[in-house]
Amino acid sequence: MAIVTADEKLRQWDPEEIKAKLISIYPPKVARKRARQIMINEALEEGSPEIMANVRTIPGIITMRGCTYAGCKGVIMGPTRDIVHLVHGPIGCSFYAWLTRRNQTNAGPDGENYMTYCFSTDMQESDIIFGGEKKLAQAIQEIYDLMHPKAIAVFATCPVGLIGDDIHTVARNMKERLGDCNVFAFSCEGYKGVSQSAGHHIANNQIFRHVIGENDEPKEGKYRINLLGEYNIGGDGFEIDRIFKRCGITNIATFSGNSTYDQFASAHQADLNCVMCHRSINYVADMLEIRFGIPWVKVNFIGANATAKSLRKIAAYFNDRELEQRIEAVIANELPEVEKVLEEVRPRTEGKTVMLFVGGSRAHHYQELFRELGMKVLSAGYEFAHRDDYEGRRVLPFIKVDADSRNIEEIEVEPDERRYRPRKSPEEMEVLEKAGIKFKHYEGLAPDMPPGTLVIDDLNQHEAEKLVELLEPDLFCAGIKEKYSIQKLGVPMKQLHSYDSGGPYAGFRGAINFYREIDRLVNSRVWSYMKAPWQEEPQLSAAYVNG
Amino acid sequence: MLLRHTPSRIIERKAVTINPAKTCQPIGAMYAALGVHGCLPHSHGSQGCCAYHRSTLTRHYKEPILAATSSFTEGASVFGGQANLLQAFNNIFTVYDPDVIAVHTTCLSETIGDDLPQIRKKALKEGKIPEGKYVMCASTPSYVGSHVTGFSAMVKAMTEFSQSTGKRNGKVNILPGWVEPADMEEIKRILSLMGIDAIVMPDTSGVLNTPLTGRFSMFPRGGTTMEEIKATGDAIATVALGRWCSEEAALALDKMHQVPCNVIDMPFGLKATDRFIDTLRSVAGVSVPEAIDVERGQLVDMISDMHQWVYHKKVALAGDPDQLISMTEFLVSIDMWPTHIVTGTPGKKFEKRIREICAELPYEVNVKAKGDLFLLHQWIKNGPVDLLISNTYGKYIARDEDIPLVRWGFPILDRQGHQYFPTVGYRGGLRLLEKILSALLDRKDRDDDEVQFELVI
Repeated sequence: MAIVTADEKLRQWDPEEIKAKLISIYPPKVARKRARQIMINEALEEGSPEIMANVRTIPGIITMRGCTYAGCKGVIMGPTRDIVHLVHGPIGCSFYAWLTRRNQTNAGPDGENYMTYCFSTDMQESDIIFGGEKKLAQAIQEIYDLMHPKAIAVFATCPVGLIGDDIHTVARNMKERLGDCNVFAFSCEGYKGVSQSAGHHIANNQIFRHVIGENDEPKEGKYRINLLGEYNIGGDGFEIDRIFKRCGITNIATFSGNSTYDQFASAHQADLNCVMCHRSINYVADMLEIRFGIPWVKVNFIGANATAKSLRKIAAYFNDRELEQRIEAVIANELPEVEKVLEEVRPRTEGKTVMLFVGGSRAHHYQELFRELGMKVLSAGYEFAHRDDYEGRRVLPFIKVDADSRNIEEIEVEPDERRYRPRKSPEEMEVLEKAGIKFKHYEGLAPDMPPGTLVIDDLNQHEAEKLVELLEPDLFCAGIKEKYSIQKLGVPMKQLHSYDSGGPYAGFRGAINFYREIDRLVNSRVWSYMKAPWQEEPQLSAAYVNG
Repeated sequence: MLLRHTPSRIIERKAVTINPAKTCQPIGAMYAALGVHGCLPHSHGSQGCCAYHRSTLTRHYKEPILAATSSFTEGASVFGGQANLLQAFNNIFTVYDPDVIAVHTTCLSETIGDDLPQIRKKALKEGKIPEGKYVMCASTPSYVGSHVTGFSAMVKAMTEFSQSTGKRNGKVNILPGWVEPADMEEIKRILSLMGIDAIVMPDTSGVLNTPLTGRFSMFPRGGTTMEEIKATGDAIATVALGRWCSEEAALALDKMHQVPCNVIDMPFGLKATDRFIDTLRSVAGVSVPEAIDVERGQLVDMISDMHQWVYHKKVALAGDPDQLISMTEFLVSIDMWPTHIVTGTPGKKFEKRIREICAELPYEVNVKAKGDLFLLHQWIKNGPVDLLISNTYGKYIARDEDIPLVRWGFPILDRQGHQYFPTVGYRGGLRLLEKILSALLDRKDRDDDEVQFELVI
């Protein structure tokens, strides 16, 4: 079999033709909509071409997306270990979000860890008919009596909004009644918005309203940051914290991998917010800036080079010689091992092709690692992103707010009378900006991808199969629902939500893990076993028969 | 300790379920629908339901699970989901071209009162269901029953398509209930050994245990065909395995087409398999072949060989009612002591049946329907056991309490084998016994000191 290099592969196909083939099967209305969500990338003077995103999923089209509840409870709030997450609704929603996201957790010296538990009001028909508020209040009381947690978070599922249970009043009343337990609620019914994204926003609002700023007890540390949008899948957050510690950077709060109530409550004490996953958490970064005066920068700890770059960005912000030297020393100490492994692996990964469709940031971040491996991204896209995640925040003023987005609350934040403190003066900010630090800035995924590649929003089952059939990538990355249909086609599939069972992939050690994992996947012998010998050479047996 | 906040003192809970031993109806409906050939399950609700069910089934089977959703938005939730479902029919038949769409409801569509049969009628009238294609409808609100009753509801929905020509076709309907694809295959093997012409409905073998060949088909070879489903109305008898999973559909076939129904326990373990074979023999009017006698004898042989290692060992169990009833009976039959038993699925009949099975044991068994793993754990803390049999979630209890675990039930998220190696029938009984013995003996080997450690067991 002739070996086709990635460049040849790219030359062989015409993106317009591929796009046409992806949508040719659809009814006209669906085809028109999907055409606007499939963008052929170009390097324009002003960023990249427009893509339609954060719009309704088409009924009947097999989507990768989940719901608002999944975004709120599953993604943002789920990883906080010392808050009891009580799901108000029928049993399923709580069951499916029980330990399935691989957020690693270290219970720490206090030992408080409810991550292994699943709490539900298990609503029955009578609760739907007569209302579930009493049952919810009773459930909160029972949890308190059993475990005395410091906080209980209540999550609404679809029927709760429909029958009009006032979960916020129940939460407020129970908070008063219990005295030493903060109780707050999230109206994150699954039907809201168009994807998980609405749930992120709802989670961000409530955590800001009910927890952030609750603890003014000073947190020690010379260089104090928050890490926003890092969920500690497979221990990513642990690796990033290891590096921070070596650099002397104090991470006050991670939103929200292995996080605690107190971390959120103290987050207003940080001097810089570092945003990993732009999609899921940029709201909190903005609110922390407006209320407390903490600026934010976009970082990415996926990829060894990206990690070094992000650390240097933090050093530049603090503008401190000691920190800068320490960070450079850490980078110089960590990189040789990374480079050694890369040198070994890269000859086996160089020129291979990959597609990635995941999340609201990962499809962008992981391109760093694939670049390091010398692999070419043929196509990429997000499951629940907005236009700014593709085209950069420059398009924010031009994004039309549709009915689905309008239903998601935007909270008005004002500077805190007592605690608002700009971390840098306007002059200092200007100097930093001149030196190349971009605040509140995210370029998006598209400008980082080569012209002619396909950027696809909310990719679906049909398009995924078709892409693999037409472009024959060496690796496909998405989630658990996509995994096995891709592998049946004989193409290895890496989950980039849960990492299958791997990780960490962040930071320096994570990069090493990822190089080895991708090497394993694209060079596995298993993909050569699709056909039995007699299927490869059927005529041979005929010759024997004839002879 | 991973479940360190679980106290041993039991306080009655009225409102909160902790660490459930069940999930919701729609996932059962989805699993059942996958056992129909050429069928695309469809979840009528928010897209999150469909995503969660697909993810859970995928993690259990390590196989593609394809299903569509009506993707409700806030608007659909206010004005009803009819427009979404009609649009979905059109898109699904155009893009994926299944023979059948099996729609089930969710708590969302049920709360707003969407009426699936009415929407189907409208779709038919508007030509949105092409000639020769079918739409099945099951009502499965998540706030009623459990995943088990959801499975049952979808099997009952299948019976709507049964027809009677007035002439019996000599076939036996087998409603296997929620068992693994490997179990369905094993049931078919037994039927063929006995020379019985049967329709197994649903049948996920050949759908959820497909080979890796470099080709992917959304609709693999397996599954009960619509022709077979139609023919169930002409069968000479129905054998329904498991009251919770299969009784409703069996009664429906009886009522509609006077197909005599026999609702028996799922054939796990010696005695339940004896009753299964005996029932098959009498409804089909065949004699039991020697091959089956041999398999039975092999199971009895292994029980006798290894009896000393299981004798009076205490077992805690969590799972689904039909499975637990047969498993508890099996444990009692080999002189083990099932001690604490929970299912999340409601049904007082379950508790009654378990008490009957355990009636002759020298202690009062702890049993609860609508129970949860939190309660089971508390029971274990108060009355230690030698073995835990449950789905994967039991591993947290097993680790904390240092108890050997046999994974059996749904979902199994961390081990392999359930889609390939059956646990029904006598051969399945051998496997169950082997798994129990391995767990107990691995523990013995781990715990024995150097003096007691033995080569031959």
